[in-house]
Amino acid sequence: MNTSKTLVYDGSFNGFLTAVFVGFEQKLTHANIQKNSQFQSGLFADTETIFTNIDKAQRVWNGVRKKSNSAVKNIYFAFLSEQNTIEALLYHYIQKLMGGTYLGATDFSDTSVLKINQLSHKVGREKHRMEAFVRFQLTKDDVYFANIEPDFDVLPLISKHFRNRYADQQWIIYDVKRKYGIFYDLQTVEVISLDLTDIQTNSIEKSNAFTDEEYEYQDLWNNYFKSTTIKSRINTKLHVQHVPKRYWKYLSEKKEAV
Amino acid sequence: MDFNRIKEKLNILADAAKYDVSCSSSGSNRKNKNNGLGDTGNGICHTYTEDGRCVSLLKILLTNHCIFDCAYCVTRKSNDIQRAAFKIQEVVDLTINFYRRNYIEGLFLSSGIFKSADHTMERLIAVAKKLREEENFNGYIHLKSIPGASDELMYEAGLYADRLSVNIEIPTISGLKLLAPDKKHEDFIKPMRKVKDEIIRYKEERKIIKSTAKYAPAGQSTQMIVGATGESDKDIMYSATHFYKNYKMKRVYYSGYVPISTDSRLPSLGSEVPMLRENRLYQTDWLLRFYGFGVNEILDADNPNLDMDIDPKLMWALRNLNHFPVDINKAEPRMLARIPGIGMGSVHKIISGRKYRSLNWEHLKKMGIALNRAKYFIICNSNDWERRDLDAATIKGMILQSQNGKFKNQYNNQLSLFN
Repeated sequence: MNTSKTLVYDGSFNGFLTAVFVGFEQKLTHANIQKNSQFQSGLFADTETIFTNIDKAQRVWNGVRKKSNSAVKNIYFAFLSEQNTIEALLYHYIQKLMGGTYLGATDFSDTSVLKINQLSHKVGREKHRMEAFVRFQLTKDDVYFANIEPDFDVLPLISKHFRNRYADQQWIIYDVKRKYGIFYDLQTVEVISLDLTDIQTNSIEKSNAFTDEEYEYQDLWNNYFKSTTIKSRINTKLHVQHVPKRYWKYLSEKKEAV
Repeated sequence: MDFNRIKEKLNILADAAKYDVSCSSSGSNRKNKNNGLGDTGNGICHTYTEDGRCVSLLKILLTNHCIFDCAYCVTRKSNDIQRAAFKIQEVVDLTINFYRRNYIEGLFLSSGIFKSADHTMERLIAVAKKLREEENFNGYIHLKSIPGASDELMYEAGLYADRLSVNIEIPTISGLKLLAPDKKHEDFIKPMRKVKDEIIRYKEERKIIKSTAKYAPAGQSTQMIVGATGESDKDIMYSATHFYKNYKMKRVYYSGYVPISTDSRLPSLGSEVPMLRENRLYQTDWLLRFYGFGVNEILDADNPNLDMDIDPKLMWALRNLNHFPVDINKAEPRMLARIPGIGMGSVHKIISGRKYRSLNWEHLKKMGIALNRAKYFIICNSNDWERRDLDAATIKGMILQSQNGKFKNQYNNQLSLFN
């Protein structure tokens, strides 16, 4: 009996859930689920291409939800971590969740549970960081624009936070690494992709796209940041721990330091 | 707007406000209304200063002109510094523009006292009112209650602010007399009591009428300066407990005194900020609020000060060895929380983990427990545990040997050979 197979899906979360559905349908004990963008065929592997099917995905999702609410969050967050073998790990986790007679989602002495939990924690931390580190710049078209470069694909997670908070201004948050962004037009949030030739990360070179006032406010913010520091308590190690250097180029108060 | 003038004022007035340590923006439940601007939630630190403190609010003084002459304060009347004052509209514009760029969670507005307490309080309220009513701003607002402000004004302030705070500054009444002779203890307490009473009243009313307006939803906080008047840790923690209990404080902050004057009543310029002591006080504060300790268990007449070389929980455990060892797999949560090296996060993990299997050292280590401290106080599913009958001093010595804290050079008496 065939218990191992390579399943290729389109990279979307629903695509992944469909693949899980197919895996369960064919009773695969091991499913090597791969994104079509990174697909590598094994020498003797049996390969099947998965077409995303919302109904099937929904059935898997509802099944998980019935088992455990914390698992719902953990699976989605861990999926967004984009780790190399995350699909196989999640497949195993869902198998365990569905097959188990008890609720395994809090059993931290199990390796896959602990691993998924840790990954989900990491993604959650990145989400929180992005809610903190987004720095909007006002363009001449009256849109607040921000570039980000998060470690994980957190745009889907932060859109609600920004929608609730900045309900009366148009804004774009653009993921430079993954080349897509979200745009709020005062009504709804939409996914967009832009052709950005010059990414504004530099404090000396001013872009024409932004208003003059924009640079005045950045300057004020910079000044505020400096004058609020207590010189006799300087603790650079702690500072860098909280604001890791890889984010500095997108933070207006740290641009000079880059 | 004249940006150069604003920049000058911002530098002076942010510099003067930085000694207020409170920067929390959590605990409120104000939501965005009518598609306006902002909301509040769990609080976000948007950046950190180079001394490692969170920046979540625009923290400024409305003015640093002051009629008082408190020795510990930078903006005291007799200090020869540059003075400035913001217009109400300027503060509103700064807040809104910083907020729209996602720099901050809201505004923390304090002020030097000019003319009178009531006059100052009125101006602070005017800023908050303008933000709420004209700009439909739903972000976080923290206002200072000015000592001596009237009840009517304190009532109004709570309608617009999320949090109100009065800094008690000096934990002992005698210390206050010495350093701030023009201020009366009663003046600090009065606005605090009014706000507490109103919070309770609004809570009661909300139970009956759900649409009752919000009144200071994030509660009150206060701050004490540590190391300015020679007070003991016991004085500080007992008075903190008093405020938590009788005034329903959300937080008491401890601020190590940063020398800013040559006044002979105070530690001289250049003396070190007592950061380690501050750290120990916060640890004690946490034990009181989250770990179920009573203040008299940690500090009493025989032990008026905290140990600097070990944390307060370990200090308590070494004095009470009769409660140990604790069995990880059987003990109740209350007791788990009292084991040195185990935090509340680990307590929850142990409790959910031990439902599935009996835990051993390996499990505990993976959960992130500080075994170098905990191992002397626990037994688990293993034949290997501390069998020797060690006394407190020996355990303390062994733990100190095994750890390498960042403050080690401050309490280590051993001279270093190389360095």
